[in-house]
Amino acid sequence: MHAAAAAVKTSGQNRSQTASLDRGVRRAPRPRKAAGAAPRTYMAMPLIAYANPSRFLALTERVLPWLVGATAIAFGIGLYQAFWVAPEDYQQGETVRIMFIHVPAAWLGMVCWTIMSVSALGTLVWRHPLADVALKTAAPLGAAFTFVCLVTGSLWGRPMWGTYWVWDARLTSVLVLFLMYLGLIALWRTMEDPTRAGRAAAILTLVGAVNLPIIKFSVEWWNTLHQKASVLRLGGPSIDPAILVPLLIMAMAFTLLFVTLHAAAMRNEILRRRVRTLRLRQAQAAQGA
Amino acid sequence: MRALRALLVRDIRLAVRVGGGALMGVLFFLIVVAVVPFALGPDLRLLSRIGPAILWLAALLATLLGLDRLFAMDHDDGSLDLILMGQAPLELAVAVKGVAHWLTTGLPLVVAAPVFGLFLNLDAQAFAAVALTLLAGTPALTFIGLIGAALSVALERGGLLLPVLVLPLTIPVLIFGVAASQAAVADPEAFGTPFSILAALTLISLVIGPLSAAAALRLGLD
Repeated sequence: MHAAAAAVKTSGQNRSQTASLDRGVRRAPRPRKAAGAAPRTYMAMPLIAYANPSRFLALTERVLPWLVGATAIAFGIGLYQAFWVAPEDYQQGETVRIMFIHVPAAWLGMVCWTIMSVSALGTLVWRHPLADVALKTAAPLGAAFTFVCLVTGSLWGRPMWGTYWVWDARLTSVLVLFLMYLGLIALWRTMEDPTRAGRAAAILTLVGAVNLPIIKFSVEWWNTLHQKASVLRLGGPSIDPAILVPLLIMAMAFTLLFVTLHAAAMRNEILRRRVRTLRLRQAQAAQGA
Repeated sequence: MRALRALLVRDIRLAVRVGGGALMGVLFFLIVVAVVPFALGPDLRLLSRIGPAILWLAALLATLLGLDRLFAMDHDDGSLDLILMGQAPLELAVAVKGVAHWLTTGLPLVVAAPVFGLFLNLDAQAFAAVALTLLAGTPALTFIGLIGAALSVALERGGLLLPVLVLPLTIPVLIFGVAASQAAVADPEAFGTPFSILAALTLISLVIGPLSAAAALRLGLD
């Protein structure tokens, strides 16, 4: 019922905004302030403007091809830099090139949970309509990045450390992150109503966000086999620029990949919910007849 | 206050009665501890080395299995709605339910652990250490489990969802509980650090558990 009411409301808004969509997406009209109300922050305005799913769909339809192109170009440059241009490590030789996939995947896995936590706040605090869509679609992407991180790390560990796996603090906490991603996806699949599932998932996401500082500082707080931080640390990166620059290009490519996939997945989820609403309406009409 | 005390007494009474499942946790604990040597073989030296870990794992699983009765039965007969509408703050009511659950599920495990330690060839120092760490750590297991129980309260086909959600969050408690138990036996000076962190985890979960569970109940049962 909730989804059906929401769909009816957005279609009402569509009529007044399709005119503006024809001329391109414009800034949302300023809401009338109640007497004595606090002014909206500047940051909230653009996000609120895309609370209308139709507007968001229009935006992604225009932007997605460019994102795909940018991702392809970034990966092209990044992979070329990583596998041909970057020099080999003085100690590790050629196997250091796994790092160009392992490290950005790890970063993205953690950034994804951070974005999910912000979306969770959007659902619970600001009641942004698309926040739970963002949350739901980001979870499988984050799980995939974390999985890539674990697998590439394991393959890198075999020649470097002599073992595929070790239970040190960094590997264990990343594995726990992966398990929490899977638990979140399981929660989504078990609850039927997307809105209620969204709120439950938001709480679980915020509770699980406590793992992120543990992962980041695990190499400092414990005696780990995994090496300490080399890029994001006080005192600046300790990697030679010849290797650091390809690494950052690959990180940019991974980020663009995440943004592209996330935008496409949010489109799919919005359309999926519309189909569900239509089906519910159809079933109700058949019942009433 | 009276309402909360009445809630506590009600929950304890219900748990202790026949269908309540209070001592089921201890029974499951016993069964797991009895089954492990069949899998590992009767080598007593091996069992005494991993005895604290087995007791902790069995305690974790026994607590997990008892968690779904925390809210599910109240949801079924409507008393959860009365608690939600009542005057006592929902966070406190949920915390009181957690306390009742720990008194009827966690505390019997703490009492039973030394006895079952005999099955695993633990000496007196070892099972005293395990009992002490369980005393400090089982409240954390219950209160972290509150979150999962509240999230899955309205699901009929929840199945294994509750353990899947709760287990990753209880891994730190397990790590430090076993570390403290092993330290008490092997290297007593190193007992303090993991034990303090274990106690800290319990105190943190006493706050975060009821807050998150209350939020989950409010949002999940509109």
